[in-house]
Amino acid sequence: MHETIIKDLLNEPLKVVNIGLEKFTSDLNEQAVEVVQVDWAPPAGGDPELAALLSKLGA
Amino acid sequence: MRRIEDANAEALKRMLSADLVLVDVVPAAEAIPALKDRMILHAGPPVDWARMCGPMQGAVTGIAVFEGWASDLKEATKMAADGAFDFHPNHHFDAVGPMTGMTTVGQPLMVVENRAYGNRAYCAINEGLGKVMRFGGNDSEVLDRLRWLRDDFGPALGRALRHTGGIPLKSLVARGLTMGDEMHQRNVACSGLTLRTLAAPMVDTATDNKALSRALAFIGSNDQFFLNIAMAMGKAMMDPVRGIDGSSIVTAMCRNGTDFGIRVSGTGDTWFTAPVEMPEGLYFPGFSEADANPDMGDSTIVETIGLGGFAMGASPAVAGFVGAGAASEAGNFTRTMSEITIGENPEWTIPSMDYLGVPTGIDIRLVVETGLAPTINTGIAHKQPGIGQVGAGVVRAPMECFQQALVAFAKSVGVS
Repeated sequence: MHETIIKDLLNEPLKVVNIGLEKFTSDLNEQAVEVVQVDWAPPAGGDPELAALLSKLGA
Repeated sequence: MRRIEDANAEALKRMLSADLVLVDVVPAAEAIPALKDRMILHAGPPVDWARMCGPMQGAVTGIAVFEGWASDLKEATKMAADGAFDFHPNHHFDAVGPMTGMTTVGQPLMVVENRAYGNRAYCAINEGLGKVMRFGGNDSEVLDRLRWLRDDFGPALGRALRHTGGIPLKSLVARGLTMGDEMHQRNVACSGLTLRTLAAPMVDTATDNKALSRALAFIGSNDQFFLNIAMAMGKAMMDPVRGIDGSSIVTAMCRNGTDFGIRVSGTGDTWFTAPVEMPEGLYFPGFSEADANPDMGDSTIVETIGLGGFAMGASPAVAGFVGAGAASEAGNFTRTMSEITIGENPEWTIPSMDYLGVPTGIDIRLVVETGLAPTINTGIAHKQPGIGQVGAGVVRAPMECFQQALVAFAKSVGVS
């Protein structure tokens, strides 16, 4: 059954959601693949100390 | 943390339940008894003479001549450098001021009362466009206008306001939002509504027809007349939100042309500052970025209450004016600011966004987590004093202010 799903997936037009780096989206767009880009960045710009504080503060 | 959520809910409640009324115009000495001779209140967080930008220094010397503390600008400059003036932020005295934000003892101040909490806030009268003190102007044209505001227009406006019993502002702003104002770079609707409300009382209380005509024409020719009223309103709305233990809501944002500063409810009256940024925008013909002064003024109090850049969706015309993109993109600014605020204002809604309430209650936790700094619509001043506005644009509050505030706030609630 799993094999069938995977075969179907590869035989159908791709539906892609990309999170974060837009480079992956632009690469696929160049190959005429439609991509939904999700604007995402790591919390606090990736600063581990601020991210830890935010976690404790319930953000 | 439950404690923070409860404190922020209280902060939002105080913002939304404010009852804001423009009630009077009074001399600054009467409005702010602590304001003494040779004291100069300025926009933004604390700054001394040596660190003030060009327009701010220009305004300081001009106001010193206006108040009679110096005989000319040269003497005023020397006095300022010698420490003859006592500089303080407007925010320390229940006041706000646009751009350079000069507030001194002899000026007339508009008074907004928050009847739900019993506090008052003050702002000087908008001088109009062109050569004005808020952009650092200090020549005889500028000082003569200030004298007219003090001796003639201010008292006339005060008489009319007392005659009306005050103008309720929340409903007026609600109408302005439906008419395309965002209350920072576009105030044409609210200025018109104010004039319409004031016209009859100004006639009823006038003592001289010629003076009345000039006063009405002054309001009618100034699309930004309402800005200073909106600012005093914002200050009156936010002051009761100060000092709520455990609240991470921003109570003030302002800039002095050198530093940007914010205050947060749970950390009291501490300023968190960082170098102010340059606005990105459009310039009037003949000017460019090379002429621009860094961002300046207490007017960011309007963004603090959910207007200005936060209400960009209400004002597609402003999106074009400040160079923020197509009119159809204006709503994106408002939606983005919804990600860093804890609620919406159900009384201040945006028709073109299905009556979405303006994003209200900036939470420093959300700002730092998302990396989305508050969007501010702003006028751009020439870096040389006296030339005036050279453009309009959008500027972001520096993230560093919010990062510093978050660390201090965490300590205040016992988190490290």
